[in-house]
Amino acid sequence: MTAVAAPARAATRVKRGHAGGDAVTMAWRNLLNIKRNPQLLVFATIQPVIFVVMFRYVFGGAIQGSLPAGQTYVNFLMPGIFVQTIVFGALTTGVGLADDLSKGLIDRFRSLPMARSAVLVGRTLADFVRNFFVVILMCIVGFIVGWTIGTNVWGLLGAIGIILAFSYALSWVFANVGLTVKDAETAQAVSFPILAPLVFASSAFVPVATMPSWLQGWARNQPVSVVVDAARSLTIGVGPTSEYVIKALIWIVGIIAVCAPIAVARYRRAV
Amino acid sequence: MAEPAIVVDHLVKCFGEVEAVKGVSFEVPEGRVLGLLGPNGAGKTTVVRMLTTLLRPDGGTASVLGVDVRRDPQAVRAEIGLAGQYAAVDENLTGRENLVLVGKLTHLDGDEIDARSRELLEQFALVHAADRLVRTYSGGMRRRLDLAAALVHRPPVLFLDEPTTGLDPQGRNELWGVIQALVERGTTVLLTTQYLEEADVLADNIVVIDHGSVIAEGTSTELKERLGATVVEIAMRDDDGAGRAVEALAPVGSAARDGKLVRVNVPGGAGPESMLEAVRIIDAERLDPATMVLREPTLDDVFLELTGHTTSDDDQGDE
Repeated sequence: MTAVAAPARAATRVKRGHAGGDAVTMAWRNLLNIKRNPQLLVFATIQPVIFVVMFRYVFGGAIQGSLPAGQTYVNFLMPGIFVQTIVFGALTTGVGLADDLSKGLIDRFRSLPMARSAVLVGRTLADFVRNFFVVILMCIVGFIVGWTIGTNVWGLLGAIGIILAFSYALSWVFANVGLTVKDAETAQAVSFPILAPLVFASSAFVPVATMPSWLQGWARNQPVSVVVDAARSLTIGVGPTSEYVIKALIWIVGIIAVCAPIAVARYRRAV
Repeated sequence: MAEPAIVVDHLVKCFGEVEAVKGVSFEVPEGRVLGLLGPNGAGKTTVVRMLTTLLRPDGGTASVLGVDVRRDPQAVRAEIGLAGQYAAVDENLTGRENLVLVGKLTHLDGDEIDARSRELLEQFALVHAADRLVRTYSGGMRRRLDLAAALVHRPPVLFLDEPTTGLDPQGRNELWGVIQALVERGTTVLLTTQYLEEADVLADNIVVIDHGSVIAEGTSTELKERLGATVVEIAMRDDDGAGRAVEALAPVGSAARDGKLVRVNVPGGAGPESMLEAVRIIDAERLDPATMVLREPTLDDVFLELTGHTTSDDDQGDE
C-alpha cells in the first residue's frame, strides 16, 4: 500500500486500500449477517427439501414414463433441484442489497474511501459461500432419497462447480434488481416473475421433449436448462457432456460480463 | 485567515424537472460548526449528499479541505465522516463489529482498529452494549453508534444530517454534549436541522435554506436580532379578529398572522414589557383572544419573518 500524493490540503492519513481487501471485508460482514440469522438459511433449505420429496415421490412416478429407458427419475431430478435451489437463492443477493439501500447502509459505504466494487463483490462472494453450504446439504438429502452418481466423483465435483459458478452469475443479475428497486419486499416481488419461467419452463423437473414444440426452443437453450443439462450429464454420464458444459460456461461468463459492470455502475450512482 | 474547510459555491442539483438546490453558497471555516437550518424538503439533505460525494452536483462547485467533490471524490471520502438521520449501522452486527467494519474499510491497521473501537465505545457510553447485536439497541444508542462509526478514521470534517431527529429530549441532550466535545477538539462540523434551538446550541453560524435557496445567514445572535429574540403569540377566535390584532399590535413589534394565530416578534430582553403592552392594546381594542403566550422563537417564526409563510405551508414534496 502506498500513500497517495496529497491533493490540495487533504491529509494522507487514510491509506488507499485495494479492491480485493475491501471485498473480503464486505464478505465478512455479509457472512456475519447470515450467521446471525440462521433461520433464513434454514428456510432457504426447507423449500428445496420439500421439492425433492414432492417431485421424487409425488410426481416422480408420472414423469418416469417420459424418461429414456434406464434412467431413474431421482437421478434426473437432483441436478434440477440443485439449480432450482441456487436460482431462488440468488434472489437473496438482490433482497440483501435492497435492504442495505433502504436502511442507509449503502450511503455509509459510499461515503467511505473504499473500493466502489467492494459492496457488490463482497455480497456476491458471501452468497457464494452460502450457496456452497446449501448445495452440500442438498447432496446429502439427495443421497438419502436414493440419488446415485452414474459417473465418478470428478463428475459430481464438476457438476457442483458449474452449479456454484451459475449461482455466482445469477447473484449479479439480482444485484441489479436490488439496486433498481431499493427495498427488500419489492426486490422479492419483482424477482419471482423473472425466476418462474426460467426454473419451470426448463429441463429442471421434466424432459423438454414433453413440452409443446413452441416452448421447446426456449426450454432447451435458456441458461437454467443448459446448466441443468451439464450437471445432469456430468452425474449420469449420458449425453454430449462437453457440449453442455461449454454452453453452460458461455452462459455463466456472458451473464457476469454483462451484469457485473452494469451493477457496479448502478451502485456508483445509486441514490 | 485560514482557508475554509468547506466551500460551497452556487451549488445546483436537479431531480428531473425539479430543481432541489438552486445555487446555494456558503463557507465553513476550519474548526467551526455550521448549522444548515430549514424545513423538510428545503434541500438540506441534498446539499449534504453532494458534499459527501453521494450525489453529483449539476452545477456550481463544492470542496472539502480544498478537494473538489467532483474531481476527486475518493480523496474527499478520506477526510469526512457522515452520520445521518437514518442510523446507518448494521443491525445484525454488534456495536463493536460495526466500528471494526468501518475501521477495516478505511484501511486502519488492526491494532489501531481495536484501540479506536474501544475508545469510541467508551466515549459514547456503549461499553456495556459493545458485544450485543445492534438490533437490541434503543434509538438513542443506535444514533450514538452511528456517530461513533462516522468518527473511526478521525475525519477532520464531519457531516451530521439531522442528528437528533426522532430522539427524545434526553437522547437529544446527550448527543448535543457529544457533538460539543468533538467541536472542542477542532473538528469542522456541518449539521442540518429543523430545530432552531439545535442550531442555536451547536452552531457558530447558521444558514437558513428554503426551497433550495439560502434565505438568511448569520450567527444565531444576528438572526435572532433580525428576527426579534422573543415572540408574543396570540391565538384569536377568528380570522377577522386576528387581522385586527395584527394592525393594532404593530407598535409592539413586527406582527404577522397565520390563520387565527398572531405572532409578534419583539426584541430580546423586552419580552415581559412587550407582553404587557400587547395585553393593554388588546384590552383597549376590546379584542377577544383565546390564548396569549410569550415564548422563544422557533424555525416557524424564522420562516414567517423571512418568507411570509410558515414551514407547514410548504408543499413538502420531496424526501
